[in-house]
Amino acid sequence: MDIPLQAILSQALLGLNNGAFYALLSLGLAVIFGMLNVVNFAHGTFYMLGAFVALLGYNQLGWILGDESIYMSFWAALIVGPIVVGLLGVLIEKTMLSRLYKVDHLYGLLLTFGLALIFEGVLTNYFNVAGEPYNAKPEILEGAVNLGFMVFPKYRLFSIVLSLTVCFAIWYLIEKTKFGSHLRAGTENPDVTRAFGIDVPSLRTLTYFLGVALAGLAGVVAAPIYSVSPRMGSDLIIIVFAVVVIGGMGSIMGAILTGIALGLLEGLVKVFYPPLANTVIFIAMALVLLWRPSGLFGKEA
Amino acid sequence: MSRKKTSFTPWITALVFASLAPFVVYPIFAMELMCFALFACAFNLLLGFGGLLSFGHAAFFGSAAYLCGHAIKNWGLSPELGILFATCGAALLGLAIGSIAIRRQGIYFAMVTLALAQIVFFLCLQMPFTGGEDGLQGIPKGHLFGLIDLSATVSVGLQQLPLALYFFVLAITFGGYWLIWRTVHSPFGMVLKAIKENEPRALSLGYQVNRYKLTTFVLSAALAGLAGATKALVVGLASLSDVSWHMSGEVVLMTLLGGMGTLLGPVVGAVTVGTLHHELASFGSWVTVTIGMVFVVCVMAFRRGIVGEIAYQLKRDL
Repeated sequence: MDIPLQAILSQALLGLNNGAFYALLSLGLAVIFGMLNVVNFAHGTFYMLGAFVALLGYNQLGWILGDESIYMSFWAALIVGPIVVGLLGVLIEKTMLSRLYKVDHLYGLLLTFGLALIFEGVLTNYFNVAGEPYNAKPEILEGAVNLGFMVFPKYRLFSIVLSLTVCFAIWYLIEKTKFGSHLRAGTENPDVTRAFGIDVPSLRTLTYFLGVALAGLAGVVAAPIYSVSPRMGSDLIIIVFAVVVIGGMGSIMGAILTGIALGLLEGLVKVFYPPLANTVIFIAMALVLLWRPSGLFGKEA
Repeated sequence: MSRKKTSFTPWITALVFASLAPFVVYPIFAMELMCFALFACAFNLLLGFGGLLSFGHAAFFGSAAYLCGHAIKNWGLSPELGILFATCGAALLGLAIGSIAIRRQGIYFAMVTLALAQIVFFLCLQMPFTGGEDGLQGIPKGHLFGLIDLSATVSVGLQQLPLALYFFVLAITFGGYWLIWRTVHSPFGMVLKAIKENEPRALSLGYQVNRYKLTTFVLSAALAGLAGATKALVVGLASLSDVSWHMSGEVVLMTLLGGMGTLLGPVVGAVTVGTLHHELASFGSWVTVTIGMVFVVCVMAFRRGIVGEIAYQLKRDL
């Protein structure tokens, strides 16, 4: 097979782009799982909702406010999207999830699965399943940069850098700060943590806000690249599950590194043997599990 | 162990009702409900009695539908052999997926089965014989044992009823259900219960816990395959929706709504969810919304499920 180096490099960079999204999403999933013991099946849905907040803010805000000239810019969406999605998460955590911490963990998964169906169904009723483009890409990120070996779209480069920056910032927050140590203590031993005067229920709500807001952020960043549709999250979520399983659940760094690596792997497979590209992540998962049942970075169960 | 005397009354009552059903309900719909009921019962064997939540059971249901369709349509196998072939295929797939998945527990188990089932989904999408997005259409019904024409209909009043096919499906469903009932009430079922209650204790008693789990997984996969293959024969179609993870979620809902860990629950759940789909079909995506809401209500307020709640009130096993 004779494939030009440029094709390989460009697919690798596109893969890195996907990998950055996987990392951002699986990070949020790992945070929620690690701290709340909830498998957040609605994570893909929150990602989709983030993209919709950006889309509607751009297309509909002026119409809602009665002045067509008002719209939410991409930069505003980067802030508003995660906050709106995060607040929705807070509502869900306060009213529903918090009642399930006492029962089997499976119920958290089933609840969020039901919620995912509701959101996806409602949005499918109002929007085209095929999706709508989001045209609010800021001018400064239009066009492409010449990297020497290839020309690469500026926006994709931006999204890679932004996602990875956020990932490592969150890793720092959880592993290296006092807030993070409270958070980890709250999972390890809620009763003792409470005895130290730390408000564990609020900590949990905040954690869910954080994890879900990360998904919302990923959605906003993805909106200019992929078309915004009600289904955009539901296939992604399973890939993200696989990423988290490979990385080892509960491991923050594992989620980030595995996400990036698998995005790259997927990109490269797309060059050499396209039909396998959809499945390669799941095959990788099966192989990793045979070799290390608790994942690459997971602690032995 | 003392054996309780089995009462045949409920079985006979159920058989009588099921035999009368095609004269009242649209027979194809009734047959589909039976297939889903068997699917849910097979799933419940794993979750309700083994304590293992598989989120990838559509892989067995759907792949068996494809295998059965392909065997009958392109190899000209008779319907019973087609179904048998597909069931064995699902069992083998169950062995492969199960032996990887049982290495993890609880939540991890659910996610691993989900992701492995996704491989099966992509295979069904891309393999040459599955018809891709269109699915495998026009599966012929053929002659049972080479003798009985399953596509034949009997005219009753103004209706044409496919009674031969109906009673074939009824026999399969009852056979499958009986096998599950028998398994649960056998010494094997007792050990399974013990593992579910307290795995470390079962392990320390010397039971090969993983072997029990894997056997249950394979049995459950095979029965889910039996249900899927039968459904493919009934509707003459195997499609991607049969293998998609939405189907896996649906069977969880059927079991949860009916009452997991009860023998009758999944049947009630399957009939309820199936009827819901049937009645709401004209409302488009509102079906999804309704199903999602049922899910949320079940998890939040109704964790015993319909049959589980009744059993709890009556203080007996159902």
